[in-house]
Amino acid sequence: MDFDFLTYLFFGGLTRGSIYALIALGYTMVYGIVELINFAHGEIYMIGAFTGLIISSVLTMLGLPILAIVVLSALTAIIYSCAYGYTMEKIAYKPLRDSNAPRLSALISAIGMSLFLQNYVLLAQTSDFLPFPNFIPDFEFWEPYAHILTSPELVILITTVIVMICLTILIKFTKIGKAMRATSQDKVMAVLMGVNINRVISITFIVGSATAAIGGILIACHIGQINFYMGFTAGIKAFVAAVLGGIGSIPGAVLGSFVLGLTESFFAGYFSSDYEDVFAFLFLVLILIFRPSGILGRAETKKV
Amino acid sequence: MLKLKNIQTFYGNIQVLKDINMEVKQGEIITLIGANGAGKSTILMTISGIVPPRKGDILFQGNPIQNINPDKIVALGISQVPEGRRIFPYLTVMENLDMGTFLRNDVFEIKKDMDYVFQLFPILSERRNQPGGTLSGGEQQMLAISRAIMARPKLLLLDEPSLGLAPIITTQIFNIIKKINRENNTTIFLVEQNASLALKVADRGYVMETGEIIMTDTGDNLFNNKDVKKAYLGI
Ligand SMILES: Nc1ncnc2c1ncn2[C@@H]1O[C@H](COP(=O)(O)OP(=O)(O)O)[C@@H](O)[C@H]1O
Ligand SMILES: [Mg+2]
Repeated sequence: MDFDFLTYLFFGGLTRGSIYALIALGYTMVYGIVELINFAHGEIYMIGAFTGLIISSVLTMLGLPILAIVVLSALTAIIYSCAYGYTMEKIAYKPLRDSNAPRLSALISAIGMSLFLQNYVLLAQTSDFLPFPNFIPDFEFWEPYAHILTSPELVILITTVIVMICLTILIKFTKIGKAMRATSQDKVMAVLMGVNINRVISITFIVGSATAAIGGILIACHIGQINFYMGFTAGIKAFVAAVLGGIGSIPGAVLGSFVLGLTESFFAGYFSSDYEDVFAFLFLVLILIFRPSGILGRAETKKV
Repeated sequence: MLKLKNIQTFYGNIQVLKDINMEVKQGEIITLIGANGAGKSTILMTISGIVPPRKGDILFQGNPIQNINPDKIVALGISQVPEGRRIFPYLTVMENLDMGTFLRNDVFEIKKDMDYVFQLFPILSERRNQPGGTLSGGEQQMLAISRAIMARPKLLLLDEPSLGLAPIITTQIFNIIKKINRENNTTIFLVEQNASLALKVADRGYVMETGEIIMTDTGDNLFNNKDVKKAYLGI
């Protein structure tokens, strides 16, 4: 067996997994707090990529240095996506929550929001694939390893690790992070501690949108093109990864994403890339048969 | 300190509280006793703003609070230890206590209060890094009370703290409740099914039946009342 090919597939899988993880975090965090599958989450990722493209084109025309372009457009894209995530929750989900609507209504509202955002970008922008500038240069020092892991892939991996560390600190050690965990475990009790649930929910949507936007920009740089539909496929895959790892669990979403990314990469490399999606879903079904609540999911405990 | 005036609370169309009038004075321990399903927990949830009343007024230190959000009510100084303790099962003991200080920023005072609850319940200090869900029932009750007093409430609502506990633990917990009342001048509103114990620690008591207050008197008088004895003390 060719060892280089194996490592190439391994890192390719990790890269894919990283992108899935950046999106899956949003699904799993929102589910953990409001028990809602936010089907429009993939669209936030797409909006992140589009905003990055628009801002960077403008800045390029203005003739700014490349580093300034990258930082400014990434920041704008993140902020813009966060604003979308925040507004989406206020428009599509909060009114339903306030009126105690059944869960199915929220799900339909989510699907509606997803279709609306896709078509909005389709009409406001274009249905074509747009070329995305490659902001990540081929690093010279990385040259010897570039045949197993390209520079953009390296950047994706490192960025993902940094995001995970920041998120872990946020969730584990900050006041708001503790409030998020408490809310996901017992909402009424969290309120009785003085937690403003609506604020926790908004912050959850904002954090999830930020990581998705980072994923959107990274993948756009890596693949070199974007279109309005990109959030749909990636969103479904990330959702699968979140369920695989155990929806509601943050480490689960990350683990599920890497498992899915690696599985797809190895299957595509050794068998056929035509059937990698089929295989990915088959794998999901198999895992869920043996572990219905996902790899790290907690078995449903009925609260008294 | 707290006044309930003609409170009516509903779950959907079902009226659970019918015209409740109560008063709690600063520094008192009052108890509310009554059979299962009478509406005792609903009164506490109504005060905390989780199930707001449809009619009536709740005055806390003279100001109406019946239309205020539950998190703001905590900020005003009313904390509740709900029925069943509701410890956050996957947060550690320390993190559960931290949640009690959610609205506070006075780091040094928080540290002092932390030492105070560890002194009240040394077992919590030993278990500080254990997830709350792994504690025994008695330990969870200790944690629930500690978590509530970490908020430094002016008024502490306790819903059946003796539920499911061994008599020895119950006695210990009741002693601590008296101690908290004495040492911090915390006003205590105690809901209990264990009427004999509750009436012994309370200054005054209310007796409740199917959504209404049917009797109120000092703890001693209720304890010696023959109707109360027959219905709630099993004597
Ligand atoms: N969330 C709820 N929805 C509907 N009915 C409820 C709810 N909680 C309590 N009840 C009903 O309200 C009544 C009073 O309950 P509760 O206040 O828990 O009584 P207690 O604490 O005295 O045992 C009971 O008949 C109970 O079935
Ligand atoms: Mg009750």
